Amino acid sequence: MKIARKKKLRESVAKLFMWCAMLVVFGLVISVIWTIFSKGCKAMSWDMVSKLPGGGFYIGKEGGFLNAIVGSLYIVGASTVLGLIVSIPVVFFLNIYLKKNSKLAYVARLAFDVLFGVPSIVYGAFGFTIMIYFGLRTSLLGGIIVITLLIIPIFIRTMDEATRNFPRDILDASFSLGATRWETLKVVLRQIAPGIATATLLSVGRAIGDAASVMFTAGYTDSIPTSLSQPAATLPLAVFFQLSSPIPEVVDRAYAAALVLTIIVLLLSISGRFITNRFSKNKV
Amino acid sequence: MHKTRIIKDKAAQTIMFALTVLAILLVVAIAIGLYLKSMPVLQDKSLWSLLFSSEWRPMKGNFGFFPFIMGTIWVTFMAILLAFPISVLTAIYLTEYSKPVVRKIVFPALDILAALPSVIYGVWGVLVIVPWISQHVAPHFVEFSTGYTVLAAGIVLGVMVIPLLISLFIEIFSGVPVELREASLALGATRWQTTKKVVLRKTIPGILASTVLAVSRAMGETIAVLMVCGCVIGIPKGMMDACYPIPALIANNYGEMLSMPLYESALMFAALILFAVVLIFNLISRIVLYRLGKTEK
Repeated sequence: MKIARKKKLRESVAKLFMWCAMLVVFGLVISVIWTIFSKGCKAMSWDMVSKLPGGGFYIGKEGGFLNAIVGSLYIVGASTVLGLIVSIPVVFFLNIYLKKNSKLAYVARLAFDVLFGVPSIVYGAFGFTIMIYFGLRTSLLGGIIVITLLIIPIFIRTMDEATRNFPRDILDASFSLGATRWETLKVVLRQIAPGIATATLLSVGRAIGDAASVMFTAGYTDSIPTSLSQPAATLPLAVFFQLSSPIPEVVDRAYAAALVLTIIVLLLSISGRFITNRFSKNKV
Repeated sequence: MHKTRIIKDKAAQTIMFALTVLAILLVVAIAIGLYLKSMPVLQDKSLWSLLFSSEWRPMKGNFGFFPFIMGTIWVTFMAILLAFPISVLTAIYLTEYSKPVVRKIVFPALDILAALPSVIYGVWGVLVIVPWISQHVAPHFVEFSTGYTVLAAGIVLGVMVIPLLISLFIEIFSGVPVELREASLALGATRWQTTKKVVLRKTIPGILASTVLAVSRAMGETIAVLMVCGCVIGIPKGMMDACYPIPALIANNYGEMLSMPLYESALMFAALILFAVVLIFNLISRIVLYRLGKTEK
């Protein structure tokens, strides 16, 4: 009897601890989101997102951070396209052209897992050395190159996961009709389209929020870049630089920029989950 | 017609092969690039003095990374110490106890935690954690603290690795066959006993590998840590001291380093250390995780 009671007590204590852990996790999510939203909403105005920094912006005069928003969109847009161009063929090669237990596929997956774990500051430093080698200054192009390198592993890993469980039967059906592997791609592409979409959203989320790598390579500027060789501002750096200002109005702008960034990332994350839930049902 | 189709197929194969190899070679390229850049400082100073000297005077050409290495170790240790228990308990609850409904609520929350950028955590740390430490925690330990401490950086980093740890743990725990659990339950063990003696015992290698992975992630985090760590050069003596981890060092000095070649080289060497450690940790833990994944199937 005594043992039974002890068992029960331990069970409830363990459960209690787990509940506490879950509460902490939830508390953290709420705390972060609430902090950003309450501070950001107070500082938010239409000018912030629609105007470039005016004269005397950094001593608290008028203006917004449109430069950072546009800069981020430029960099993220271009690197997402470049990233897709590189990673879709790699994923196809790993899953369709190579055999299931190929050594190359093993090494490749390991390499991409490792690349996924490489910190963004290292990408930044590496990108910086490449830029110096080619005689580039901090520029939009530099930012695009580094962010592309940064998101390629994310692209490949997420799409690979979606393609790995691709039913072998569909491939065989296509091959038996006489299609080459290249022609079979069309079939595969249609099936893993939701996977590609999720991977894209995930990569865009990572790309838009990364500050350490663009700090070295894209630089910062008050205007919207008009060519690839000009520096570009980015949202995370707008938050970072303005937060350290001693002037309250400038710090407020950091909060507003943080709010914009958070909203973008949340939207991406929610639509990613929506796509996964919605389309995983209809898959063969 | 027939021939062009075959040619197309072969051409696609070659291009894809080239792209794959190029992408793999990125790992090698990063290593070589950073190594070449850190050559000047490596030739000038011995590896030993770079790693274990505490004298950091870039203007005089003294580069001792020891304070920064210790800063990194302190912050990372703190983060894992805080994140590990929370993540294990949450992952156990989600895999062993919870109903599907609970998972439907928790997973999106974890998604959000994982998606938020580093700089947002930095803002949160500056607004919430730093004042909390300076007003409520620090007075119990030291006379005065600004709040920009090892503890603050550890908490912020810990929160950032929680979603990674939980998702890795959930994957490992769900890999344990249901039959093993049922056998234990059928013998009269409670859920918790089953979890402790069957699930956890069977997944120890996986738990270790995941933790190593989280350590390497925590080590490289830059912006969030930079914003709350205090950035005072010195070996931290406790969790109420300010610290200066390696990524923060690199990020903070990227502008001024250009004027001095040896300084730039030293910072690239710092990036190389970071890369090397992360690479080794990642390789070990990924290979362990791959092995585990294979035996389960």
